[in-house]
Amino acid sequence: MPAESIHPPGLASIDTVTATLASVGYIATRQIATAVYLAQHLRKPVLIEGPAGVGKTELAVSTAKALGHALIRLQCYEGLDDSRALYEWKYGKQLLYTQILKEKIGHLIGDSDTLEGAFGKLAGFQDMFFSREFLQPRPLLQAMEQPGGSVLLIDEIDKSEESFEALLLEVLADYQVTIPEIGTISAQVPPLVILTSNNTRELGDALKRRCLHLHIGYPDAVLEQRVLRSRVPGLPELLLAQLVAFIQLLRLQNIRKPPSMAESVDWARTLLLLHADALDEALVRDTLNVLLKRETDIAEVQGNLGQLAQAAVQAASAPTSQPAARAPA
Amino acid sequence: MQGIDSQLAGFVRALRAAGAEASLAEAIDAARAVALVGYADRDALKSSLSATLAKSEEEKAICDEVFELFFRVPERGPEADPPADGSGQDGEQPPPPRTGDADVDALLDLAEQHAAGDRGAMAAALQRAGQKAGVDDIRFQSQTAYLTRQLLEAMGIRKLEQQLQPGADAGEADMDGEGTVLRQALAAARARLQRQARAHVEQRFALFGKPATEAFMAEVAVQRPLGRMSPADMDRMKGAVARMAKRLAQRHSHRRRITLRGQLDLRRTIRANAGHDGVPVTLHFKHKRVDKPRIVAVCDVSGSVAAHVRFLLLFLYALQGTVADLRAFAFSNRLRDVGPPLERLPFDDAMNLILKEVGGGSTDYGQAWQDLYDQHWQLIDGRTTVLVLGDGRSNMTNPRLDLFGELAARAKRVVWLSPEGEGRWGTGDSALLQYRPFCTHLGHAATAADLERAIDEALSAYG
Repeated sequence: MPAESIHPPGLASIDTVTATLASVGYIATRQIATAVYLAQHLRKPVLIEGPAGVGKTELAVSTAKALGHALIRLQCYEGLDDSRALYEWKYGKQLLYTQILKEKIGHLIGDSDTLEGAFGKLAGFQDMFFSREFLQPRPLLQAMEQPGGSVLLIDEIDKSEESFEALLLEVLADYQVTIPEIGTISAQVPPLVILTSNNTRELGDALKRRCLHLHIGYPDAVLEQRVLRSRVPGLPELLLAQLVAFIQLLRLQNIRKPPSMAESVDWARTLLLLHADALDEALVRDTLNVLLKRETDIAEVQGNLGQLAQAAVQAASAPTSQPAARAPA
Repeated sequence: MQGIDSQLAGFVRALRAAGAEASLAEAIDAARAVALVGYADRDALKSSLSATLAKSEEEKAICDEVFELFFRVPERGPEADPPADGSGQDGEQPPPPRTGDADVDALLDLAEQHAAGDRGAMAAALQRAGQKAGVDDIRFQSQTAYLTRQLLEAMGIRKLEQQLQPGADAGEADMDGEGTVLRQALAAARARLQRQARAHVEQRFALFGKPATEAFMAEVAVQRPLGRMSPADMDRMKGAVARMAKRLAQRHSHRRRITLRGQLDLRRTIRANAGHDGVPVTLHFKHKRVDKPRIVAVCDVSGSVAAHVRFLLLFLYALQGTVADLRAFAFSNRLRDVGPPLERLPFDDAMNLILKEVGGGSTDYGQAWQDLYDQHWQLIDGRTTVLVLGDGRSNMTNPRLDLFGELAARAKRVVWLSPEGEGRWGTGDSALLQYRPFCTHLGHAATAADLERAIDEALSAYG
């Protein structure tokens, strides 16, 4: 195991991780902090699953920001292959150089009269076209080459194909990339790797086995209030309690895409912009399209919106002292 | 790297028994994580184990449940009894009674410590003895009493009991004060040990026995003929089918476009580089497109086949969307599209509705083909697999082989699953042998495992 000093001080213990992430406004649960801590100390990638918009990608962004590391992002999509993820030869440049150097090469080998002689001379230059000069590093290789360490975010891995997972195995297990023409490039400082998945496809066991697994679900009321307080400063406490209660209720309704953290933040910002200081039915009705993105979902709750708003207002006013008491010191 | 301590090894075993897959590599990760985090912080331990061992949402639920069972906080409730019933004694405690036999005294100590609220020693002793007695192998609840006894024997309770027996070697001091005190202490210790041993065995049953039994029953249900299912089996099967469907989905998660690396698409490359005076600056590679499987299921829902249809549809609808484009039809004499009720209603309600509305008529395969021809013929093309589930018993009506032949020619494949065994094909009013030449595959599907195999095969045709 590498010496302790290699680990950034911001990730020294689970509590420090929580504090580090909080310093850039990311409120981490105990599970999230533990996963990040273990990822750093066991040198393992973290696979994060969960519904869209609960802060999976944000965790990587915040971690990089808090540690002052470079964030290298690889967005996955169907058809992603090694030339887009690992490295690519700058084919155009190689071609251009051979065209330009054609004369020069002819001149160089012109003075040898035998085929062997010319070949021998040429062999000396051969590697020139397959050197670092002509290598185009893609995200995975870039992450290996960061001297100060990096956070590598492999986003929406479920969008890529299974063959791509196989490609990742070497990179994730040994933090190295093998380029046949050059050799194996090992990471100077192993990057902190975070993979996210929306679960549109079941990931392979081999990949899962090599990763730590973290599931981030919808936040509970207390956590949601803390996050909103951190992300949308200046929101009146009463409104905050009401809107969180409303969103919590809304998630229980029979809707296809329940609002996630991202939507609550948007909604809180919207309400702040509208200078609202308490929730009522008309306000909710006017701004519902910030929370629900599907026509059918909106139609589903349209009918009992008044009831929901009422219930939220009541729920927020009943334990009115409680959230304030539970607020973090 | 550290080894895996016995606590963690036990936890991993319990996790596996509960149906979560935890590999050796993952167990080693867990051990490294525990070495970092330690056992002291319960929350951190729980999240660490969950992060290293459980790799899906369901496994996380299992892991948390097993964690609560396994690392149970020793309760300090009403059981932690006051020092003694005589409250006047608290001034000075009489020295605890001793028998002189070291083994028995050890048990007495154990019971006393436990009564005084120190649960650690008892737990450790139970753990050790439990391993010797094979308590972790428990499978059935009825074994509880037997294994409790075995556990007590392993702890050496027999010697203690001998001392308790009337007249046994406590001869010299039989009925005087000291003998009674000793006897009471022994009896109390025995009762406490028995209670604790039983609790230990029950906990182990919850950890190892119950899930293993459930898994075993589900395994059996998969192999059981679908026609003869008890309601309890039916429920079990739903879980099993969901798992099988997931497995299939994993295997056949399709790739729509496969790039054939290294094979240059010459035509497109030349066209793309016309502007570069023919110097191939941009390259285009060949790729092939892969069809998404398209399945048209046609199910006979007459009485004899109803149970099979239920499972086939359960199966197919679990695969819907992720793996295949699916259309399902049911008939007894007229064909009906059963997609809408299945999508709209919970599965059981939808099935009951279908059986009520479509089932019950006299079976007529010819009419079904005719309806398919009239209304849904555009669904059948060179990419379609037609999955027929039925016994081919058409009540002596015209089987309409002409239409079925045309269907077979038009579709990519026709797979026919019959709930009847091969011996009964073609007997009585069965027209199965007449249909046989047109089928790509005709098979006997009696169990859920058969269905899985057939669907697997149907999907494999799209590679």
